[in-house]
Amino acid sequence: MSKFTVAFAGNPNTGKSTLFNLLTGLRQHTGNWAGKTVITAEGEFTHNGHTYKAVDLPGTYSLYSNSADEEAARDYIIFEQPDVTLVVLDATSLERNLNLALQVLEITGRAVICINLIDEARRLGIEIDLKAIAKRLGVPVAAISARSEIGIKQLLDQIERVATGAVTAPPLRITYSEEIEQGIAELTPLVERTVGSRYPARWIALRLLDGDDSLLASLKEHMERKEAASSKEVLGHGVTACH
Amino acid sequence: MELQPAINGEGALDSLRTAAKKLADKGSIRDEIVGGIYGVSAEICSSAVVYRDRKKLGSTYKLDNIVTSRVWGFPIMLAGLGLVFWITIAGANYPSSWLASLFSFIEGYLTAGFTALHAPAWLHGVLVLGLYRGTSSVISVMLPPMMIFFPVFALLENFGYLPRVAFNMDRLFKKSGGHGKQALTMSMGFGCNAAAIISTRIIESPRERMLAILTNNFVPCNGRWPTLILLSSMFMIGSAASGAFSTLATALVLMGIVLVGIAVTLTVSWVLSRTALRGVPTHYTLELPPYRRPQIFKTILRASKEKSLNVLTRAIVVAAPAGIITWILGNVMVSGDSVLNHMAAFFDPFASLLGLDGFIIMAFILGLPANEIVLPILLMGYMSSGAMVDIDGLGGIKDIFLGQGWTWLTALNMMLFSLLHYPCGTTLVNIYKETKSLKWAVLSAAIPLGIAVAVTFAVAQAARLLGWV
Repeated sequence: MSKFTVAFAGNPNTGKSTLFNLLTGLRQHTGNWAGKTVITAEGEFTHNGHTYKAVDLPGTYSLYSNSADEEAARDYIIFEQPDVTLVVLDATSLERNLNLALQVLEITGRAVICINLIDEARRLGIEIDLKAIAKRLGVPVAAISARSEIGIKQLLDQIERVATGAVTAPPLRITYSEEIEQGIAELTPLVERTVGSRYPARWIALRLLDGDDSLLASLKEHMERKEAASSKEVLGHGVTACH
Repeated sequence: MELQPAINGEGALDSLRTAAKKLADKGSIRDEIVGGIYGVSAEICSSAVVYRDRKKLGSTYKLDNIVTSRVWGFPIMLAGLGLVFWITIAGANYPSSWLASLFSFIEGYLTAGFTALHAPAWLHGVLVLGLYRGTSSVISVMLPPMMIFFPVFALLENFGYLPRVAFNMDRLFKKSGGHGKQALTMSMGFGCNAAAIISTRIIESPRERMLAILTNNFVPCNGRWPTLILLSSMFMIGSAASGAFSTLATALVLMGIVLVGIAVTLTVSWVLSRTALRGVPTHYTLELPPYRRPQIFKTILRASKEKSLNVLTRAIVVAAPAGIITWILGNVMVSGDSVLNHMAAFFDPFASLLGLDGFIIMAFILGLPANEIVLPILLMGYMSSGAMVDIDGLGGIKDIFLGQGWTWLTALNMMLFSLLHYPCGTTLVNIYKETKSLKWAVLSAAIPLGIAVAVTFAVAQAARLLGWV
């Protein structure tokens, strides 16, 4: 039986937790992630016979390690590699909210964009062309209202499509200034050689250019853990791995 | 041999960092990265989003111009706070006394049952007079105000008012040397200090985060609201006042207590940021999210379920054993007097300097695990030592206090002590976990305790000197 993991990312005040509570209902508990002691909610929901583990990441404006919360959200997406990262946006201030979505999409293409508070936006006379956004971002986009329970089924369908691999997309490529692009071009091969293909090399290169030491520290920690885990696997050679 | 890859990996990461540093030493990389991202956001929105009516979007700004204005910002905040208190006090009075009489009615049957079974007196004492009375007094005293206060507060929160409070307070915090976000973590402290300590993670600079952690205790949390509400409604109002006026006056006293707490928060931040935690406040951007019409019914349900019941459960879980311990302490006799009385007598001379008594100090010490149980422990202590009193609503509780020689000064100083003394055990554990420093965890208890002792001492001495008591 397969169980998919869905991480809920989003700015504070976007109704992320409302959606989380709606989907998981009472089946949730407060979890404590390995490594970082950030307490967050975890829950479970089912759709079309698939079971999903939902993880509510801290609400953040960016993934640039400005605070412990941002580091925790970033580390979860990069290292735990959820099957789907759901980015919840506020339809009434989409432009500001999209910044986080773009940062997530630079890391992973296994994402669904969820534009929440769509009823509020309609009331304010804001019209959003979902197809245009989906086309530009390369991942499914759904418009919902968590509090009025509008569009939830469609959202779950999109989550299913990404989780099962029915739609796949590479990480989004944002073109930066020439200088940065040059730096990325020089660093990316180095990154790939060091950390392997498991992690988004272009994004890590970008963050290193920005001097993100906390990301480097997290990378170090996780690679050591991997190392330790793989040497254990070698020791227990005879045992069948249940993967 | 096995270790080689790990060392290689680390070395490679370090050289990666060196390479990145070399490439990036041209300065404003972050601005350019953010610029790149913002550019794409703007481009997407300009092609995919149509605004039909810009005026409608502006209504938020109009409201914000008023609630965050220099003239109206603070008066509106204070009025809102006063209103919340008034609703809580006015609404909680009757249900509290109903619950109290219900519980004492049930107690009669429990006692009759124990008698019918010929149960030994000590068993009845531990289970009914200790455990049952302890927990039932917690429920009757705390449940009604919480059932009103938390949902009302949650409604304000859902409406989007709290970030405006933070905005208004920002200037004050900056002047005191702290981070503007300290206003947010402080607001969180009104709910629960232990949770607020975790919420200080939103503050990036370690210095400012430490300020926020050390001063968070000075706003009353869930566990202390009931004590404050109860004491102010019983003692602060002259007997001449009645009805609506007395409720209003109680609300004003509570507001005064909160303002004292905020003033102490700012003063301590100011002093620390000029001594142990020197530094310049960093800048930040505070987002004022759009106002939203709260979903009244859902909010009330959720706040009742999650906050009120959780706090109550915690109080009962801690109060139940504390009730038993207090009863045992009050009934084990050593050389003619109970252990509890001996202990209270030990603290008495010191306590009277602070305008308190030995039992109150005992209650605060035994109440370290959770502030919720300070008042119940105090009541149980009084009841186990003196004559057994039937608590029949708030009047009965007041009679117990008066019988122990309480005056308005005792009540006021107990409120001040409750407001300013060390945070609860859970909060201290969280502080230790977050700062990973025993020194700061100890200081976060010692500083408030010192302030609580100093303030109550000053108030008690001043009141006695002026002949007010």
